[in-house]
Amino acid sequence: MRTLKVLATAALVAALAVPAFAADTIKIGVAGPHTGDLAPYGIPTKEAALMVAEQVNAAGGILGKKVEVLPMDDQCKPEIATNAATKLVSEGVSMVIGHVCSGATKAAMGIYKEAGVIAISPSATNPPLTQSGDYPNFFRTIASDDMQGKLAADFVTGKLGAKKIAIIHDKGDYGKGFADFAKKFIEEGGKAKVVMYEGITPGAMDYSAVIQKVRREGADAVIFGGYHPEASKLVSQLKKKHVKAAFLGPDGIKGDGFLEIAGKKAEGVYATGPMDVTKYADNQKARAAYQKKYGKEPGTFFDQGYAAMEAALNAIKVAGGTDYAKVEKALRSSYVETAVGKIKFDNKGDAVGVGFSVYQVQNGKFVEQ
Amino acid sequence: MDYFLELVCSGLVRGSIYALIALGYTMVYGIIQLINFAHGEIYMIGAFVALIVSGVLTIYGFSGVSILVLAALIAAIYAAAYGYTLEKIAYRPLRTAPRLSPLISAIGASLFLQNYVLLAQTPDYLPFPELIPEFAFMDPIAQRTGLGSAELVILVTSAVTMIGLTVLIKYTRIGKAMRATQQDMTMARLVGVNVDRVISMTFVIGSVLAAIGGVLVGSSIGQINFYIGFMAGVKAFTAAVLGGIGNIPGAALGGLVLGLAESLAAGYVSSAYEDVFAFGVLVIILILRPEGLLGKAVKQKV
Repeated sequence: MRTLKVLATAALVAALAVPAFAADTIKIGVAGPHTGDLAPYGIPTKEAALMVAEQVNAAGGILGKKVEVLPMDDQCKPEIATNAATKLVSEGVSMVIGHVCSGATKAAMGIYKEAGVIAISPSATNPPLTQSGDYPNFFRTIASDDMQGKLAADFVTGKLGAKKIAIIHDKGDYGKGFADFAKKFIEEGGKAKVVMYEGITPGAMDYSAVIQKVRREGADAVIFGGYHPEASKLVSQLKKKHVKAAFLGPDGIKGDGFLEIAGKKAEGVYATGPMDVTKYADNQKARAAYQKKYGKEPGTFFDQGYAAMEAALNAIKVAGGTDYAKVEKALRSSYVETAVGKIKFDNKGDAVGVGFSVYQVQNGKFVEQ
Repeated sequence: MDYFLELVCSGLVRGSIYALIALGYTMVYGIIQLINFAHGEIYMIGAFVALIVSGVLTIYGFSGVSILVLAALIAAIYAAAYGYTLEKIAYRPLRTAPRLSPLISAIGASLFLQNYVLLAQTPDYLPFPELIPEFAFMDPIAQRTGLGSAELVILVTSAVTMIGLTVLIKYTRIGKAMRATQQDMTMARLVGVNVDRVISMTFVIGSVLAAIGGVLVGSSIGQINFYIGFMAGVKAFTAAVLGGIGNIPGAALGGLVLGLAESLAAGYVSSAYEDVFAFGVLVIILILRPEGLLGKAVKQKV
């Protein structure tokens, strides 16, 4: 009886141990919203990672090993993100591309840190992720929200010359973070007044009370922190209620999702977003390959996701393996040509060489200002 | 003062939508003491059907109001079919089961419908066409108060629908049968009321109202996705409880009170606290009047 038990235990241990030993591929996790209403932000990164892996594998892999991409859905929800992270770690990934939303990223980073896994996010712009120093294993290929908030504040008070500014956010980590920075920089700048600062509930039936408040305060610009569904609801209600304030949102609204839902009402809306990177050769190549494969334009954060994957694989190549310390050093020290330009990462994990610009919707397209 | 009026108006608009959906909850509860948690999903399905129909009609060159009417009509028919089927599959087999079973079945049905639409359609938000035309005479009013034609249409439609429903229940045969069933299902059956048919009709009527709500909201805010039924359902259910669940004028009143509370809270405090106030009102009223605003205290037979 005892022998049986021992044997069974041994078999169980062996079964669990097998995946860890069978590391003949380099496993890269890709985490983000692949289903749910925020899927348009996650799927482009997944597609980008798969494309890079495919190309690298076609050319023989790196260090003689094939790259294997493990996509994991987190729906941008922190509670699902922790599950996704645990799953990826248990599958033995060497690095993770993701997560996409700041809230989900924050929830997952602790798990990666403990497991000694490096994560490169294409889109989590929340500043404390790098600035707090809590996550030495975190990197990103996008600039952080404080830069975005500063740009928004400067643009609205400077170029638009707004004097009274209403700030609305969606109460989420990302939206409120952006709104807070915009508020801080407007107040520090002293050129304009924040006349209203308020959170809205995503998914509420309408925002008419908030709009009426904007009108009562006589705001000449609205800065919104959040994602495109709420932004388009706000924009369309502002138009309907004849409020003529300029509207500016963060990169969460700078995408086709917003243009599609808001339709004609999107016209004239401003959004900050990653700098135009289409001038880089790598980017043009990636976009052309995507066009050829899927027959459409790549979505939001495609470039950043592509760059994250390129940076990750390059670091593994430079480090000569997937050893945590060596890969981390490689990320911080060696420049790499990516879809968002020539970048490396600074001590905190922010990419050196990326930034934001302001765009405006003109004739149904975002045009760099 | 103007600001106050504006808030009241937008509260009434929102409240009348809540009321429209709440009627479905309250009618079903009144007759079979079941909280139909899948009702919000019927509202969502109504909106989706209207979106598809209006897309098709636009291709065939229909215009403006004719699309609105046809889309609402077809959405109502579809939603009615869904409501009817839902009752038949998820609730009728459980009618004699303990009260908890149909309730759980209702939650299951709600999740099923949500995910069904998610898979069959798309997880993305979809743009909903503006089916309600901009009336020229509302323009100056909209400039000053923010109350546009869409809002006017919502108010009028829900008022007309509610009056129609009251008349239906008071003066028609089916209404009489509904009231009889509500009073005592066994006795009603004994005196020859086709109880099954009455219950089916209740679901059909409730679903039609929800679908109309879905079409109105969709075309006034311009976007829908598979998840919109959840919040609308929760709010409408709250409205029904607030007014006294099972009571039809109560549902209307509850909806309006809830809409006003939300709007005034958003206007004078902060929209971040909108839901806090809405549910706060519910708690206070339930403490003072556990049976709801217009509800009657029911003695449990032991």
